[in-house]
Amino acid sequence: MSKAFEQSDNAGSIVSVTDRVRPVEIGAPVSAVHFLGETAVFVGDEETLTFVTGSGEAARLPIHDGAILGTASDGKRIVSGGDDGKVIEIKADGSVATLATDAKRRWIDNVALHPDGAVAWSAGKTAFVRSAKGEEKSRDVISTVGGLAFAPKGLRLAISHYNGVTLWFPNMTAVPEVLDWAGSHLGVVFSPDNKFLVTSMHEPSLHGWRLADARHMRMTGYPTRVKSVSWSADGKSLATSGADTVILWPFASKDGPMGKEPGILAPMPSRVSMVACHPKQDVMAVGYSDGTVLMVRISDGAEILVRRKAEQAITALAWNAQGSVLAFAAADGNAGLFTL
Amino acid sequence: MSETTAEKIPVTVLTGYLGAGKTTLLNRILSENHGKKYAVIVNEFGEIGIDNDLIIGADEEVFEMNNGCICCTVRGDLVRILDGLMKRKGKFDAIIVETTGLADPAPVAQTFFVDEDVQNNARLDAVVTVADAKWLSDRLKDAPEAKNQIAFADVIVLNKTDLVTPPELAEVEGRIRAINPYAKLHRTQRCQVALSDVLERGAFDLDRILELEPEFLAADEHDHDHEHCHDENCTHEHHHHDHDHHHDHDHGHGHGMKHYHDEDMQSLSLHSDKPLDPNKFMPWLQQLVATEGQKILRSKGILAFSGDDDRYVFQGVHMMLEGDHQRAWKEGEPRQSRLVFIGRELPEQTIRDGFERCIAA
Repeated sequence: MSKAFEQSDNAGSIVSVTDRVRPVEIGAPVSAVHFLGETAVFVGDEETLTFVTGSGEAARLPIHDGAILGTASDGKRIVSGGDDGKVIEIKADGSVATLATDAKRRWIDNVALHPDGAVAWSAGKTAFVRSAKGEEKSRDVISTVGGLAFAPKGLRLAISHYNGVTLWFPNMTAVPEVLDWAGSHLGVVFSPDNKFLVTSMHEPSLHGWRLADARHMRMTGYPTRVKSVSWSADGKSLATSGADTVILWPFASKDGPMGKEPGILAPMPSRVSMVACHPKQDVMAVGYSDGTVLMVRISDGAEILVRRKAEQAITALAWNAQGSVLAFAAADGNAGLFTL
Repeated sequence: MSETTAEKIPVTVLTGYLGAGKTTLLNRILSENHGKKYAVIVNEFGEIGIDNDLIIGADEEVFEMNNGCICCTVRGDLVRILDGLMKRKGKFDAIIVETTGLADPAPVAQTFFVDEDVQNNARLDAVVTVADAKWLSDRLKDAPEAKNQIAFADVIVLNKTDLVTPPELAEVEGRIRAINPYAKLHRTQRCQVALSDVLERGAFDLDRILELEPEFLAADEHDHDHEHCHDENCTHEHHHHDHDHHHDHDHGHGHGMKHYHDEDMQSLSLHSDKPLDPNKFMPWLQQLVATEGQKILRSKGILAFSGDDDRYVFQGVHMMLEGDHQRAWKEGEPRQSRLVFIGRELPEQTIRDGFERCIAA
């Protein structure tokens, strides 16, 4: 990037709250952050979670014997999958339980949580669902599972893979519906209104389907792969990483973003690496590959600087359920908490 | 992604037809006392007799990129596994990817060309092909996969040489050289090859293309080389021609080396003492791989451009190319351009004519 486009021009005028951020040193690469109540839980690349309370006390909790490949949280617990073949459940009080151990010690690549307590995970081509009652079922798909997501209503699991997504009702015997689209589908999310399904692909693009009629929605134009997506509080837009601005796809109408221009917000001379929409307000937090963190008002693009650029990319970003605290972390383990 | 100053992890791709001895070589790499720790991505669990928590099973899942490039296939499982392995950086020094005996090495190599995350963290070191001295000649006739693996190789471990007679060995080497004269070739029994000959080769490192010149261009240091050529003219010929002209008096193997012209898989070498016009050459090369990329398995070149004091180097796998200015030409160093293509049914005359037109006026 050219020096001429450094942020210095804006840095003077932009509202900054960097001095109100409580720095936290995790001491190892961080891949995600979740809130359990008011405690921020930073997920290390390997082995360990770090619990950071509101007062800033940090406690480390080893959960896997190896890399932590994926985590999901519903605010009450975190479920994680590791390269040790284990699915682990962690609760706010720090209690740890092993939910499953893969018989062949295969990597647990993905995990997902359902509001009613069901848990899903995948190892290789097999997706597993364990209901709140502890009943376990599995389903094989055509290739290794790229991502898992529970539908907002009913017990329905989306399993992304090569050339599409399988929509599986684990409690029904019917043949699962398959949404086709050529290529490798990785992350997968349902829209909060249960009308759309969106995947992030290996190519720098998203693909979506309208669930009512499986109509395709191609969302392309990114310079790099989209690794972070977040629904706005009203569920009407999907904020995405991958470009040097936040790309915001409009999903308010019945056609989703088809035939509409996406919103373009928070341009920076750096790639957006993480997005996290505020749970209640018209605001999102944005992390960049140069370490910058901004808060951005979606309606007019107004920006507040939360963290200045630093050495490493932002790799974790999350709000607590109330939307009163923002947690972030960079790849080098430099993290912070900002209370609104 | 942020720029990482950390060293990229080298990745060795280990191929070879069924039964050639891949697992034997892998077990040697893992068990020898070299002080290095390898993460290994395998297709068959259980064949490896070494206890190592960094042995990962893969499903060899290939998918086509949605970029309109029909031969642009990528190993999605490898992207995922490398991503997961990078979370354990520091726990291992290098990665070995074993492919199945029937695999085409191209999707593995292409994964390193197209995936940004993979490129940021790892680098392809070399494609090492283990071949069975007794059966390779037959497989080259009936198994296109075996031919691909030889054509693609940077290093060939010609194994089980104790099971063949010297004339049979000479024949199989001749067949290998007819397809790929540029790979380093090692004759072994039970894969007894120095590990430094198969690991840390830097075969895909643009900066090290210079070091590869002996095999790559003309004078292989090996005693088993049959296409020595110190003659200026020979680079304009197929290498089997060089071999025809030179091997008897240059070496005198006493093997009665025969010349094999593989019907479809071959290499093509181009050479010019006159500088090339970059404004003609680059579009020509890009067009060539765009139209003929399915046939071209590997390509490499060291180029002298007119009005440019730097050497330009490039390499490619099918339709994917990468290239860069490497360093300044040294004083007294001949500013020559050399290109090599290894492929199937290469349109030789078209390529030669196109190349000639790129020579600067």
